[in-house]
Amino acid sequence: MTEALLEVDDLKMHFPVREGLLLRTRKFNRAVDGVSLQIGPGETLGLVGESGCGKSTLGRCIARLYQPTAGTIRFQGQDITGMGGRSLRPMRQNIQMIFQDPMESLNARHTVGDILAEPFVVQRMGDRAWRSKRVNELLNIVGLPARSASRYPFEFSGGQRQRIGIARAIALNPKLVICDEPVSALDVSIQSQILNLLMDLQREFNLSYLFIAHDLAVVKHVSDRVAIMYLGKIIETADSETIYRDARHPYTQSLISAIPVPDPHHQPSRQVLQGDVPSPINPPEGCHFHPRCPIAEARCRQREPELRELNRDHLGACHLAVTG
Amino acid sequence: MALLEVDALTTEFDTDEGVVRAVDAVSFSVEPGETLGIVGESGCGKSVTALSIMRLLPQPMGRITGGHVLFRGRDLVREPIAQMETIRGNDIGMVFQEPMTALNPVHTIGRQLTEGLVLHKGLGPREATQEAVDILARVGIPAPDIRMGEYPHQLSGGMRQRVVIAIALACRPALLIADEPTTALDVTIQAQILELIKELQGELGMSVILITHDMGVIAQTCDKVVVMYAGKVAEKAPVIDLFDRPAHPYTRGLLASIPRLDTIPKSRLAVIEGMVPGLRDLPPGCRFANRCPHAASACTEAVPPLQAVRENHMVSCARWAEL
Repeated sequence: MTEALLEVDDLKMHFPVREGLLLRTRKFNRAVDGVSLQIGPGETLGLVGESGCGKSTLGRCIARLYQPTAGTIRFQGQDITGMGGRSLRPMRQNIQMIFQDPMESLNARHTVGDILAEPFVVQRMGDRAWRSKRVNELLNIVGLPARSASRYPFEFSGGQRQRIGIARAIALNPKLVICDEPVSALDVSIQSQILNLLMDLQREFNLSYLFIAHDLAVVKHVSDRVAIMYLGKIIETADSETIYRDARHPYTQSLISAIPVPDPHHQPSRQVLQGDVPSPINPPEGCHFHPRCPIAEARCRQREPELRELNRDHLGACHLAVTG
Repeated sequence: MALLEVDALTTEFDTDEGVVRAVDAVSFSVEPGETLGIVGESGCGKSVTALSIMRLLPQPMGRITGGHVLFRGRDLVREPIAQMETIRGNDIGMVFQEPMTALNPVHTIGRQLTEGLVLHKGLGPREATQEAVDILARVGIPAPDIRMGEYPHQLSGGMRQRVVIAIALACRPALLIADEPTTALDVTIQAQILELIKELQGELGMSVILITHDMGVIAQTCDKVVVMYAGKVAEKAPVIDLFDRPAHPYTRGLLASIPRLDTIPKSRLAVIEGMVPGLRDLPPGCRFANRCPHAASACTEAVPPLQAVRENHMVSCARWAEL
């Protein structure tokens, strides 16, 4: 990879858990607990994990919707971790977000035209006529008719609303878009329309994506590289072909084998994982995955495995993973 | 004889903008021990079909306006409500998508489990408790005797869905209707729940109707499939036949548009253009015609009848033979 657009180093986001009569903080929810990653220009990094693994929190830290507890976030070489208020505003142009449920992220009382013009108003760009021209361009780019500008979000279907959410995210020509479960709420036939749109926009505007989802098949399809998260940490990362053909971490392997394949001839060699994901407030000692791991040994219960190189551009955090 | 025979079932709802037909002359049958999948997108009528079979349509807006639901020869459409209450839980169990809505938050797991056993099976409190603990253990809940005294909010999503399944299976029903039972769950938990339903089915010999939008779940769990679109059956077939030789352009489009683990990363996905028509303004002809790449003028004139493609494989498409 050449110059990284985004570089995240040992990022931590610990939320205080207040308990008891006096609401004292005795524990922390270690939602993100030491994550490092890079995304290059025009590249898509897929981030996969089950609910509560910290993938959305990580996305929100990078978009600077949360102030991380520790670690650094560099964008084009510039440290943006501690930036706030006025100095953050120009950065916001470069990093945008798309959310799962556009109905919740779009203001129901504003017209689509107002919603799409708002980023320009906030950034004090152009006059009214210029903004309305840009709104029409944006609608056209995401495949919505120009008359949509005068309508309200509730008048649109789920797929169309996600197009509005995408139009808003690309309004300011960002370099990085964080897509948090952008197609999970959509029907299959609509999902593929949105995925194609996201891939088209990437090619056209050289966008980088952090694509967060729980569906490994979807993530693998749109991503160049994939990172798997479990309890606040990245446990394996490789290019998307390798992660599927040559997964080395037992969690990644069971995640892949749990996906129901849309082919009745396929006989799954199912490794059905036992138990639930433990709480990030009180994660297990040693390797966080060991209570559910089919191959765990004594050392897995004692020592936490480091993320180490297993092969070229293939990292894994497992004592037992083979290298080479 | 089929355990369940749904024949030309039609269900309508009163809405502010008039009467809407959510399920339109839907027919299928379920044999003993068999798993039938109903697949389709939001609003296709798959959940309303299940609610109609159970006679649990929201009142007073929803009603069955035609057809029969023959369960062991009895027509559930004409059954008095009191009789239906005995059939539900006793002969037909149900599992819904969101376990939290099916469980009562203010009652313990134990109370919700034993209720059915006392009511339907006439067990005494002690026997019912023993039976309930056994069932919880059977669905894979650790420390079931402790769980009996806990409330739904104390359990994880996967555990809650296990409890719902335990309640549905408590009286050993002949038929289990599961409406998106794993949609709200993570994949590793989904795998556990689907495996569990399969195992219990083998043990109890019950039939299952599995309603889902996920073609993967259908392929891995069902014997035969009904594909619904805008309230009607588009296609029905044995599962292998449906995936190997889909006849309806909608089924084909659906299968082609799923991202799979073995497709080339970042390649274009096949799409079905446009959207499902609203139930208030359905076209006079084939309901898929406005999105169909093969639509001809005949398709927009009349609704194509279900025709046999081969044995047990039916399709509602005027042009299936040419495609």
